[in-house]
Amino acid sequence: MNWNRKDLLGLRELSADEINFILETADAFKQVGTREIKKVPALRGKTLVNFFVEPSTRTRTSFELAAFRLSADVINISASTSSLTKGETLKDTARNLEALHADILVLRHSSAGAPQFLAQRLKSSVINAGDGAHEHPTQGLLDIYTIREKRRKIDNLNVVIVGDILFSRVARSNIFGLTKLGAHVTLVGPSTLVPREFEKLGVTVSHKIDDVLPGADVVNLLRIQHERQRKEYFPGIGEYTTLFGLTKERAKLLKPDCLVMHPGPINRGVEIDSEVADGLQSVILDQVTNGLAVRMAVLYLCGGIAT
Amino acid sequence: MNDKKHKAGPSRTSGVPIMDAEAIRRALRRIAHEIIEQNVDLTSAVLAGIPLRGVEIARRIAEFIREVAKIDIETGTIDVAMHRDDVGTRAELPIVHASKLPLPLEHRTIVIVDDVLFTGRTVRAAMDAISSFGRPARIQLAALIDRGHRELPIRADYVGKNLPTATREQIQVRLRNVDQEPDGVWLFKE
Amino acid sequence: MSATIIKGGRVIDPANKRDEIGDLAIANGKIAKMSEVRSRKSEEIDAKGLIVAPGLIDIHVHLREPGFGHKETIASGARAAGTGGFTTIVCMPNTLPAADNPATIAWIKDRAADTACVHVLPTGAISKNLAGEELAPIGSLGQAGVVAITDDGHCVQNHELMRRAVEYARMVGLPILDHCQDYNLVGSGVVNEGYWSTLLGLPGWPAAGEEAIVMRNILLAELCDHHIHCQHVSAAGSVRLIREARARGVKISGEVCPHHIALTDEAIRNFDTNYKMNPPLRSKADVDAILQGIADGTLSILCSDHAPHAEFEKEVEFDQAPFGIVGLETELGLFIDLLVHKHRKIDIARLVEMYTVEPSKLLKLHAGTLSVGAAADVTLIDPDLEWTVRIDKFKSASRNSPFDGWKLRGRARRTIVRGKTVWKL
Repeated sequence: MNWNRKDLLGLRELSADEINFILETADAFKQVGTREIKKVPALRGKTLVNFFVEPSTRTRTSFELAAFRLSADVINISASTSSLTKGETLKDTARNLEALHADILVLRHSSAGAPQFLAQRLKSSVINAGDGAHEHPTQGLLDIYTIREKRRKIDNLNVVIVGDILFSRVARSNIFGLTKLGAHVTLVGPSTLVPREFEKLGVTVSHKIDDVLPGADVVNLLRIQHERQRKEYFPGIGEYTTLFGLTKERAKLLKPDCLVMHPGPINRGVEIDSEVADGLQSVILDQVTNGLAVRMAVLYLCGGIAT
Repeated sequence: MNDKKHKAGPSRTSGVPIMDAEAIRRALRRIAHEIIEQNVDLTSAVLAGIPLRGVEIARRIAEFIREVAKIDIETGTIDVAMHRDDVGTRAELPIVHASKLPLPLEHRTIVIVDDVLFTGRTVRAAMDAISSFGRPARIQLAALIDRGHRELPIRADYVGKNLPTATREQIQVRLRNVDQEPDGVWLFKE
Repeated sequence: MSATIIKGGRVIDPANKRDEIGDLAIANGKIAKMSEVRSRKSEEIDAKGLIVAPGLIDIHVHLREPGFGHKETIASGARAAGTGGFTTIVCMPNTLPAADNPATIAWIKDRAADTACVHVLPTGAISKNLAGEELAPIGSLGQAGVVAITDDGHCVQNHELMRRAVEYARMVGLPILDHCQDYNLVGSGVVNEGYWSTLLGLPGWPAAGEEAIVMRNILLAELCDHHIHCQHVSAAGSVRLIREARARGVKISGEVCPHHIALTDEAIRNFDTNYKMNPPLRSKADVDAILQGIADGTLSILCSDHAPHAEFEKEVEFDQAPFGIVGLETELGLFIDLLVHKHRKIDIARLVEMYTVEPSKLLKLHAGTLSVGAAADVTLIDPDLEWTVRIDKFKSASRNSPFDGWKLRGRARRTIVRGKTVWKL
């Protein structure tokens, strides 16, 4: 398999072979984190810009560390520190970065399609760190990597994703990646946030979490938010937890080897009980470690292409 | 030589056979003896192969050492793809593998094992990789074939066969467990 | 005294029930009797193989002046109209300042008189500044010469206010055109709510958001006994509602823009903002319903919703981009190609009617006919001419069109306004 993409915009357009190739490459890079000197010169001399128009600390830190481990130079730009606040368009900001010879642009933006927009116009590699509700491919990849690490395979596993699916880019990337690799995906949440329309993407939709948990091999809980825009979608955090939260009680329904996952940051007591988050089935911290390996792999593959 | 994608190269008929399976076996056996000779304390030595063929060669040498000296010498893997100095200038991105070395490295002798020694850049990358794991007491190099044309000041401690070549010629090594073909070394004029 | 004879074309004049091969005479900028012209020295235009139609009318065009001249001017928009085969265009009031006062209307009319090569008819706003809170001075707007009132671009949400607007408009005899959008149901929607919005994680614009207002308009048209025309109908449910209401005799009508039958919402899969319009492209089922609505007369008018935007405005993130595409120079070609040739929903005579008699009836215009004495606004059409759309050749000041490179069959060949040729191929 010959990797020839300069950008990673989403999992929807990747083939199963490409996804597996990234995961295998991530295996190699995971090892670097166990060395005494956690650095390889693979991207030495390359400049990586973390352009986080939508703020994030966790993802940005993960990309930053991944870049450092590959010996790349890193610049961080956020919306407030960029000239976007002065009315400069996204296109102009990015072209300015390119004029500074930025090799890799890691973009998080609130508009779906923004990374694609830039990738079409720039010679730099564009890595999507989350675009609106569309995709968050490295999160999808690290979730799949974690499942593969613990269960050795993906196909025919029952993966349950719980929460606000409609507005979730993590959910979409997971759906695209998992279905491509043969998993059976079930989405659970309030009907206002998990509409039946999603069944057209090759998944099952359920609004009764207790029915779905016993058969699950993996449960991935999404963070539930109740800010202004969501008030019309469900009545409140309390009701959400009652109907859909992975409480201590509900966790008893799980198979002993079922994996409990969460992209973070966790709302303890809301979508997941504290004990469950810290329990034996939880692989939440593995996800973080794996995120670093996956991002190193992605930066290596996309950033290493000869231009 | 670091492992390229297994291309469908020139057919066997157009290559000059340099070594057959028996010749390879004898060469590796001799290298095993030399390693035993030069390493008083074999338990602190590590045969670290460069994927893919170097790993297989290291495995075979370790078997010979086990046979002869009755000692289980440690083996490992050094991925050099991440340490190459030419990432981004090659048409194909080299495939990376996980490295594996027994830690700590202090007081150990690492013997880098590869199939073909050519410009020396792969070995330089291997030494770079080793340095991110720690600081071994000594690093040595074993190569099945030394074909000359060094671009860096690097030399092998153990050589299966010296083979003077022209730079535009190609050497192909095939190993049963790696390539699913019989063992052999071929020289191709173009 | 200038005279012209258009010879040998297929003269389609639905108002006078004429559809035959023949000649058309023009004298002093008006349609004349052949006898008047035969004795004179006259220009001859060979129309063999062409359709000779009354000048086409596009009742939904954004000319952007005053205020947004970087997107389009009345002059450039008129040139684009002429290239598209249109002799009359009706412009929308969402300018800056909005056309909610007689002074702005006067400015537009003066500007058009000075710079436009086709007839430009202004519309006035329903509410002040199109804000949907207070009535605009509808009576004065009527006196200033608007042909209809509309808040196009916006939609009055308060049904009580809309009711009063309809009653008032009835008093002064102005038809109402409505951009049907329920702001609550639509929210921040940018693409049709359906498979593609779900897949791409873009906020959806549900069909119910249009249907709810179509229903509102039907009820008000009945209640107030006044005509309401639904602009750019895009959803199957809207077609069904309009059909049922018309069957009962309600004064309701609808229009269609070519992109709502040429494309579906799948087109937005690459976030290309040239496929972002309001109302959005919808599903195949909606396209089929609209085609059926045109075939059975439920939807009676064709238009473009020509919405020019500068390149730098459209070349941004998808949800930030303004809605709309230009259409004057491609609409006739698309409609002939799709309605007459490809889907065979109507014949060319009905197409001409939908661009002439129907809009004239709605807006009570003295246009859309080839009656003797009428202004000599004539469009010559070659219904079989094959051509390729090249947006770099557009006369419009803007290029935001998704149809670049499309091969179409059917095109205007010559546009005549008041007896003068303003454009020919």
